Amino acid sequence: MSRERYEMVVGLEVHVQLKTRTKAFCGCSTDFGAAPNVNTCPVCLALPGALPVLNEKAVELATRAALGLGCRVNPVSIFARKNYFYPDLPKGYQISQFDQPLATGGSVVIGKNEKGSDVQIGITRLHMEEDAGKSIHDRYPGATAIDLNRAGVPLIEIVSEPDIRTSAGAGAYLRTLKQILQYLDVSDVSMEEGSLRVDANISVRPPGQSKLGTKTEVKNMNSFSAVERALEAEFERQCALLDSGGKVEQQTLLWDGARETVRPSRTKEGSHDYRYFPEPDLRPLIVDEKWISDARTHLPELPEARKQRLAQEFAVSPTEVEQLTATPALSDYFEAVARASGDGKAAYNWVMGEVLAALHPSGGDIAQFRVRPADLAELLNLVRDGTISHTAGKRVFAQMVESGKQAAQVAADEGLLQVGDESAIATWVDEVLSEHPEEARRYLAGEKKLQGVLVGFVMKKSKGRADPKRVNQLLSTRGG
Amino acid sequence: MIVENFKNLGAAAIASSVHAGDASPSDMIRASFQRAREIGAGPDQLNIFLHSDEGASLEEADRVRERLERAPDVGLLAGVPVAIKDNIASLGLPTTCGSRILAGYVSPFEATAVTRLRANGALIVAKTNMDEFAMGSSTENSAYGPTRNPHDVRCVPGGSSGGSAAAVAAGITPIALGSETGGSVRQPAAFCGVVGVKPTYGRVSRYGLVAFASSLDQIGVLGRTVDDAALALETISGFDRMDSTSSDAKVPIYRLSALGGTAPDPQNPDNEAIRLGRSPVPVPPPPGATTLRGVIIGKAKEYFPDSLDASTRTLCERALDRFRSMGATIRNISLPRSPLAIPVYYILAPAEASSNLARFDGVRYGLRVDPGKGLKAMYEATRSQGFGPEVTRRVLLGTYVLSAGYYDAYYKKAQAVRTLIADDFRSVFASGVHAIFTPTTPTPAFPVGAISDPYEMYLNDIFTVTANLAGVPAISVPIGRVRHLPVGGQIITAHFDEYTMFRVAYALEAGLGAQAHQ
Repeated sequence: MSRERYEMVVGLEVHVQLKTRTKAFCGCSTDFGAAPNVNTCPVCLALPGALPVLNEKAVELATRAALGLGCRVNPVSIFARKNYFYPDLPKGYQISQFDQPLATGGSVVIGKNEKGSDVQIGITRLHMEEDAGKSIHDRYPGATAIDLNRAGVPLIEIVSEPDIRTSAGAGAYLRTLKQILQYLDVSDVSMEEGSLRVDANISVRPPGQSKLGTKTEVKNMNSFSAVERALEAEFERQCALLDSGGKVEQQTLLWDGARETVRPSRTKEGSHDYRYFPEPDLRPLIVDEKWISDARTHLPELPEARKQRLAQEFAVSPTEVEQLTATPALSDYFEAVARASGDGKAAYNWVMGEVLAALHPSGGDIAQFRVRPADLAELLNLVRDGTISHTAGKRVFAQMVESGKQAAQVAADEGLLQVGDESAIATWVDEVLSEHPEEARRYLAGEKKLQGVLVGFVMKKSKGRADPKRVNQLLSTRGG
Repeated sequence: MIVENFKNLGAAAIASSVHAGDASPSDMIRASFQRAREIGAGPDQLNIFLHSDEGASLEEADRVRERLERAPDVGLLAGVPVAIKDNIASLGLPTTCGSRILAGYVSPFEATAVTRLRANGALIVAKTNMDEFAMGSSTENSAYGPTRNPHDVRCVPGGSSGGSAAAVAAGITPIALGSETGGSVRQPAAFCGVVGVKPTYGRVSRYGLVAFASSLDQIGVLGRTVDDAALALETISGFDRMDSTSSDAKVPIYRLSALGGTAPDPQNPDNEAIRLGRSPVPVPPPPGATTLRGVIIGKAKEYFPDSLDASTRTLCERALDRFRSMGATIRNISLPRSPLAIPVYYILAPAEASSNLARFDGVRYGLRVDPGKGLKAMYEATRSQGFGPEVTRRVLLGTYVLSAGYYDAYYKKAQAVRTLIADDFRSVFASGVHAIFTPTTPTPAFPVGAISDPYEMYLNDIFTVTANLAGVPAISVPIGRVRHLPVGGQIITAHFDEYTMFRVAYALEAGLGAQAHQ
């Protein structure tokens, strides 16, 4: 197979929408889903005479992202105009950064290689820019509609080094990047809502060759798995092309998810000359050292640090901790439950089991989940100290999800509080023994393995309220 | 009521007679429109106005009158009629930049400078004619026909703020707003025999000024006298959060004719001048305003080349003599990189213009010509038919110098030379020179149609363009006439030193007296 003779070389350009209330250069709202062209003003409509004014919050979030990705934040960076004509680009240029970006030189660890050392993907640069509007081609026959609500929304573009060697590696990089950005709380990072977009540069070369082959750019992927599939398809295409004596042509390709193939883009991106030059309407962006060091000090905990801390503090296994830290909200929830209940193992079991199961049908956000960590911890404590049984605990949890009531309240209302009272349990045991004379005879005759069956009968009779430990003790005395 | 001698009244005199109740704001509007009719400001004569609406101006005058009745502190310019260059966004009247591509366009927002004028009681009379998108030195490049020089209708008024200069020269308004990129206020001021100021880059907000070359553009003022210009500049100066390149440097008091009674300007709380202006006692002239003892004025040799018009040279020498007689020291200086300014300017300004004018694409506003052959054809038809030849030339030139492969050779190199030109000014001012004196233009006004070679036209800016490249303030003051045509002298000072610039200008105006217009 031809592809074994080649190595895939991939670099990714990721556009991330920053979580600001207002746009990058004007006061318009960034709300997603407003009626077309509602969130616009003279600045983002590019009316004659309007001028951009930089949103400081966007700089703060971009700086935080850069620091979280281990980049060096440049004390001076320059906004530049990227000039091209398109109806959804109102000014005829995009304000971006070109030869002096906000940040350079970071990296992301995406896992371990077979030798157990870190696989690291370099980050070339991170720069700030504004989004364009949206062209809607299928709404009005024979016409294109323009919605400029998105025009001017702040973005960062994160450009990786060509360090990625497999499509799975690309997926791992994107998932890691997304997770880090979530922990940094700088973006919603949702590919569905367009707050994260990926373009891939890919070339192939014989393994061992250091010179890079001619690359193509693949766009239009709407999920991480689409990125992986698009890279596979383009890798195949380039390998086959080289094997047949052809040459890879530098071009922009679009992923066609329905056909699982790439096709050339209609607009020849490669032929664009963007005529970059420094944006004269904005002063150089100066980020002072103190501001950077403050931002560094207040950086939220990153996924790797969180994993190590949780594993140490709550005695959960590496696999478990991976699951628990998938999103910052999930790990926050877990940590709060574990801390309040003092039982990491139980917290893990309940969060990954009952909580996710209850959340799943609604596709809900754990941060908004009705059962708050403290409430769940209370339930865990009731189970642990024997106030209610584990089985009853699950019923109580279901009630808590439904009614929003506290665990103790539900347990009392439902009569699920475990009964430890000797005489009540003795009565149930006596009743069970007389109702099941055959089992009782055999058990009392010394057939010890029947004890479990009898305990089950007692539990059933007590509707789960009997403390199984006491039942066992009592049966043992009878049997003995 | 008839306002006597309106065409000779300064802004301060108008405002004080309105404050005193001797005349109403609407009297001033009527006088201004009367003067416009008398002089022939209409399209078939001087062609000064592109848009005006006497009725609307009278309504605005009534609103100012009501403000005066409620509280006498209306402002420095209560009832003063002003004309606004048509590339400065105004509410009500269109903002077309002298271009077909913006025919009929009315801005939904107002330039900060206009807001500040109105907040001080000024009344907008008209939007004035100009070279399309401020590209030109004669106002012949207007899509709406050339403006004529009130001193000689066969001649151009200069440009690109030719309409604003002509309005002031014709006595229609005592002050007007213009805009500068390479001399577009000072050159027409010189040609029309009025005062024109280009402030320090960043002194006046550009918000609402339709961009030509953003790193060079500044709104400037034209006035019949230095005092008119000082009053107007004080009113519009100061930081504006809508323009990131505007400066928060304090605005000192510029004018000698301080009036009592002004309203605080919420847009401009730092404007010391306006605060001081609230005092009912006139602010005394700054010490030494009538003398120039201790002032060192530089005479830069690069601005007096052999090719300089002989009569212009003679008038400049007379002005320098006047400085000497008022106690100033004249020092010969050199700004060695200034001769490079025209080529540098004609790389940088078109480069920025090619990008700034990209928004005129027929998609959202203004002209759209759609041959029905797709997007590209719509862009081409709209822009070819919407822009005149000079704008087209500069957009093409600018696109070229920014192109891959040419950027370093042109744009980048021009930026480097721009820095050197600015360094020349810095070192001259650091050496103790307070102000530099030069002719404003190489010649007086030329006849309409006389210059058809674009490069020859560009040389009109040869003495003015350096101040834009360096970002320093400069003023053109009338220094006499060649036959009946006015000649201007230019005073350039250091960044944000408009105070010294006005002080020297006041002195020159006073020193020349009637000779300034002879």
